[in-house]
Amino acid sequence: MKTVNLTCVECPMGCAIEVQLDGESVVSVVGNTCPRGLAYAKNEVVCPMRVLTTTVKSTDGRMVSVKTDNPIKKSNMFSLMQVINGITVTAPVKIGDIIMKNIEGDVNLVATDCLK
Amino acid sequence: MKKSYDIVVIGGGPAGLAAAVSAYDNGVKDVLILEREPRTGGILNQCIHNGFGLTRFKESLAGPEYAYKFAVEAEKRNIETLTQTTVLSISKDKKVTAINKENGVFTVEAKAVILAMGCRERSRGALNIAGSRPAGVFSAGTAQKYINVKGYMPGKEVVILGSGDIGLIMARRMTLEGAKVHAVAEIMPYSSGLKRNIVQCLDDFGIPLYLNHTVTEIRGDKRVTGVTISQVDQNKKPIKGTEKSFDCDTILFSVGLIPENELTKGMGVELSPRTKGAVVYQNRETSIEGVFACGNALQVHDLVDFVSEESELTGKSAAEYVLNGAKPRDTINCVQGKNINYVLPQKIDKNASGDVKLYFRVSNTFKNCTIKLECNGKELIKRVKRVAAPGEMETLLLKESLIKSLEGDVILSLEESV
Ligand SMILES: Cc1cc2nc3c(=O)[nH]c(=O)nc-3n(C[C@H](O)[C@H](O)[C@H](O)COP(=O)(O)OP(=O)(O)OC[C@H]3O[C@@H](n4cnc5c(N)ncnc54)[C@H](O)[C@@H]3O)c2cc1C
Ligand code: SF4
Repeated sequence: MKTVNLTCVECPMGCAIEVQLDGESVVSVVGNTCPRGLAYAKNEVVCPMRVLTTTVKSTDGRMVSVKTDNPIKKSNMFSLMQVINGITVTAPVKIGDIIMKNIEGDVNLVATDCLK
Repeated sequence: MKKSYDIVVIGGGPAGLAAAVSAYDNGVKDVLILEREPRTGGILNQCIHNGFGLTRFKESLAGPEYAYKFAVEAEKRNIETLTQTTVLSISKDKKVTAINKENGVFTVEAKAVILAMGCRERSRGALNIAGSRPAGVFSAGTAQKYINVKGYMPGKEVVILGSGDIGLIMARRMTLEGAKVHAVAEIMPYSSGLKRNIVQCLDDFGIPLYLNHTVTEIRGDKRVTGVTISQVDQNKKPIKGTEKSFDCDTILFSVGLIPENELTKGMGVELSPRTKGAVVYQNRETSIEGVFACGNALQVHDLVDFVSEESELTGKSAAEYVLNGAKPRDTINCVQGKNINYVLPQKIDKNASGDVKLYFRVSNTFKNCTIKLECNGKELIKRVKRVAAPGEMETLLLKESLIKSLEGDVILSLEESV
């Protein structure tokens, strides 16, 4: 049995939630005030997901901001950062341009700014 | 560039852009935006993280994506915009003096002025401690600009003082780029940052947050080599024996934002000691007729969605003023009572039509409390809240019918439940 303590971020109440885990399976969830907190806690302990935002360099030395177009596994953040820091783009870049396809599963890395 | 305009907007951030577009759509097409930086969009251009626009666009945008939506609207309308142009002063009769490379120092006249200069980061009194002034001490916003816009890492071993949102965001950003963030120290017993940022920027990376802690020593000669933080007592005095020392080459401070109002002060607009921005009516007109203020120059917003909403209202008001002139007012004050830091607008004109949305901040963290609006001891609105915190701006809608019936100033207060 393992206990994981979380803070729910679904609303400003910020309930402190305690999850009991038996291996991978959730045994109990206490501390949440509403069902949203329950869903949040279950996801967080099994496979937390995050949108990754960062920048890539262009060949002329300017930076352009990028994000994953869907959440990726939190545990993959650092390895993806290494991949992304190896990329260079060439202007022009438009918002929404795919900078790297399928960076994790079918999630793409897309530009969130323009380079003229 | 012409010599005079119907409306001149100072600052081309999200507030200035939204105000200009709204003025245009409400019938005044002769609008000029003056912006100091090479591009419009304001501070959002360096905020590459997502979470913007959830209220307005129902999607989570990065800062530049959000700014772009408004820049495009201004472009579509061909609104004249001068970038790399800094406004130096504004006179009471709305003559705006600015400087840029092409024109040198020049003056334009306006029928109405919209102040949208945004905010700046508070500097830290506690950093004025004795000793040398080594390099490596930055505001969190400056570090954000270095990394996200210039692509340059200011350091490798970092301690962050203050737990404002920008500091939290930078803790994650620098960690992802390979730096080691040792700690975040906050002098208050709570963080002023959003919960979501504490979880996703600190907890996700195991970065400790020390509440009730302040900096007591910065070491280093040419460059920072370390910092000591200590726990503080109830009077915010460091407690001996609680020192924690970190070796680091970089210190970021993130201790809050303050509206940018040198120009506002210079032109003699009445400022509020609470918000540090102009005192305004519900249409965002200041104490000088035809001068309006919106966005972070007026009050520091947490969410840019609210900045846009407020600025659209302001642009519309400025257009109405240009088209119809000033109207006689019937003014009442809107005052903060117990446990409320500030309420905005500070003045309500009973003659104006429409509902009024009150924006306010509470003075501490409260659970299960009641927000009350009163006039002459009579309760007008009562709202029970499960939680309220200074870090989250609150709103309350005053219906037009209620405003018409008011016979004196209104007071907003918060009662703790027993
Ligand atoms: C460093 C920093 C980081 C932030 N990060 C976040 C965040 O992550 N999320 C969030 O929701 N909010 C954030 N904010 C708050 C953010 O400022 C607002 O959400 C929003 O950008 C406010 O819009 P604005 O147009 O009022 O101000 P700004 O975006 O600050 O725009 C003001 C504009 O006015 C221009 N200006 C100022 N003075 C003059 C002058 N004299 N002459 C000509 N032009 C002038 C400036 O160059 C700027 O472009 C941050 C603020 C700062 C300071
Ligand atoms: S559990 Fe429900 S009430 Fe508590 S923080 Fe999460 S969403 Fe809010």
